[in-house]
Parts: sequence; structure tokens; C-alpha cells
Amino acid sequence: MIVAESKPIKELLEMVKDFNRILVVGCKGCVTVCNVGGAKEVAILASSIRISRKKMGREIEVGEHTLERQCDPEYVDELKDMIGGYEAVISIACGVGPQFLSERYPSSKIFPGVNTQFMGGAEEHGIWSERCAGCGTCVVHYFGGLCPIARCSKSLLNGPCGGSSNGKCEISKDVECIWDLIVRKMMEQDRLDELIEFKPPKSWMTARDGGPRRMIREELVK
Amino acid sequence: MNDFKPQIVAFCCSNCASSAANVAEGMKKALPDNVKIIQIPCTGRIEILHLLKPFEEGADGVYVAGCQEDSCQYVSGIAKAIKRVTHVKKILEELSIEPDRIDVFNLSAGKGQEFVEVAYEMVNKVKELGPFLQA
Repeated sequence: MIVAESKPIKELLEMVKDFNRILVVGCKGCVTVCNVGGAKEVAILASSIRISRKKMGREIEVGEHTLERQCDPEYVDELKDMIGGYEAVISIACGVGPQFLSERYPSSKIFPGVNTQFMGGAEEHGIWSERCAGCGTCVVHYFGGLCPIARCSKSLLNGPCGGSSNGKCEISKDVECIWDLIVRKMMEQDRLDELIEFKPPKSWMTARDGGPRRMIREELVK
Repeated sequence: MNDFKPQIVAFCCSNCASSAANVAEGMKKALPDNVKIIQIPCTGRIEILHLLKPFEEGADGVYVAGCQEDSCQYVSGIAKAIKRVTHVKKILEELSIEPDRIDVFNLSAGKGQEFVEVAYEMVNKVKELGPFLQA
């Protein structure tokens, strides 16, 4: 999933300080799963904004709506009859959401309510960690199913480096050295020799380095 | 300021705090009439939004009265409530509102006296802070 965290409420209040009719829009996708942008969080943010304005003695109308997904035009369309009634819209989806809203509703003022962090998963309830860097050409099978691009601090494809100590990365005792895990896993599976096989340099043409990416699936395009 | 009568909302666990309320009643100890009790099956059910709503409606203070941490009938209800109250304190701080307007207390079924005392403690604390919404 895409993992995000809420922006500080103070920052959001500053963004929308000049508006008196605000719509908070959530997303039932990834940000609901990581408890930052679903219907519950829409209600909490809307309530916080109302409390703040009440304290300031300023009138405000805060609408709440949560879309199935903010990254699909058919769901974004749902807002067409209500969005015009608001002066500002706070999207608490990942960074895709506010952009899809901005593109679909060009005259609306859209503000991001969360900071998108990474593609990852839940280690346990309340703890998430990064797993994928979206390089466009997955190679985890070379490394025992673990990704050194996303999980090595240096994205080394030929680690470990000298900063690996007792299974931890030199950047922090809380960061596992993924190369330590890769080597142990390959040893357990008796595949250590695969790590010393020569492989040509990885092509980064499919990664973000090549500019914004687009994907077309002809069999799906109308 | 002394005339100020704060409106307080108390979320009370039906297993411990409400039993404590019955004990208090038996002891002829009365709660302040400006504390409104909302009985809940377990404090673990209280969401952050439940704790914010009273402020949105104009309450001056909110507190949660739940079990001792080692005797929650549902094991971790009060531990969850403590974390959520702590989170709401942070939200209030971000909104430039005194975090002391919300609190959580550990009670048990027999603590009738304490049940009344925490209500007065909260009323007095919020009274010192003054009205949530300035007239």
C-alpha cells in the first residue's frame, strides 16, 4: 500500500485560514488501511477544524466525503455536484488524490492533508515500513525475495557494505541491514553461489530517473 | 471567573466506573450536576472522534473513567483509551487549546469515593482554565 502520515493540523489550518466553506475528502484505498485518510480521519480532521474555528469565534462549514478511490476518475466524478459549494478542498488521500481532484475540478482550490511517505506494508498494527522503490523492473528474486533497492540505505545491489554491523545498518540501530538478511536467507536456502553470479548492470530506464512514467495497456483501453 | 460552571462530559466504563458510581450513590456522595456521564461498555471503544465531539458541541472539558490497567475486563480497553486521550491532548495543543481540558482516570468498581473525587478534580481544573469558548 501507499503509506502516508497526516500533516500537522496547524499547517492545514494555516493553508485554509481564509476560507469558510471547506470540504474534507478521504479515500477508501491505501490511506484508509494505514489509518490516515479514511472516513474516520475525515471526521476527525473536520471536527478539529470546527473546534479551532469555534474557539476563534469564526463561522465555518466543513463538509465530509470519502471516495472509493481518489486515483480513479469514475469515483472522483462523485464530487461534481458538491465541490462547487466549497471554497477549499482538503484531500487526505496520497499525493495522487489532490492531483486527480485538481485536474478534474480546475476551478477548485485543492490542498493536501497528508504527507505521502512510501510503498510498504504493516509490520504490525501502527507500524509500517518501506518495501518497494517502484524501480519498474523487479529483481527481488535475485536477492532471496528481499529488495536491496528499497531497503538498503545505499540501494546497493552488491552489498553488504562496511557499515553493516550485527545485522544493523550504520545509519540507525533501528534499521536492519537488508544485505545481512539477504545473505542469511540465501545461506539457509543453500543458494549463496547465486549471489556471486555475474549479472549485467541493472537498467534504470524504467525507474523514476527517466522522467514521469505512464503505462498503457492496449487490451484495456477503450 | 468563580461563577463559571464548566460543562464536563465523562465517558465511564460500565464495568468499573459505573459500579463505582453506584457505590458512591450508596455512600450518598453526589456528582457535580455539571458533569454529564456517558456510559460505555468498555473505554477501549472510545474513538478519537468521540473525545473531540463534546468540544465541538461546546463542552469545557472531557474525561474518561476506566478500569485499572491490569484489570480491564476486555484486557486492553483502558490502555487504548489512555493512548487516545494522549493523542487528543496533542490535537488540542495543535489547536492552541489547553490539553488539560481532557484527562483519563483509572478507577475500580469499589472506588465510589474516588469516582466523585475525580469528577470534582476535573471540574476544579477546568474551572481554573476558564470557559473553552470565551464569551
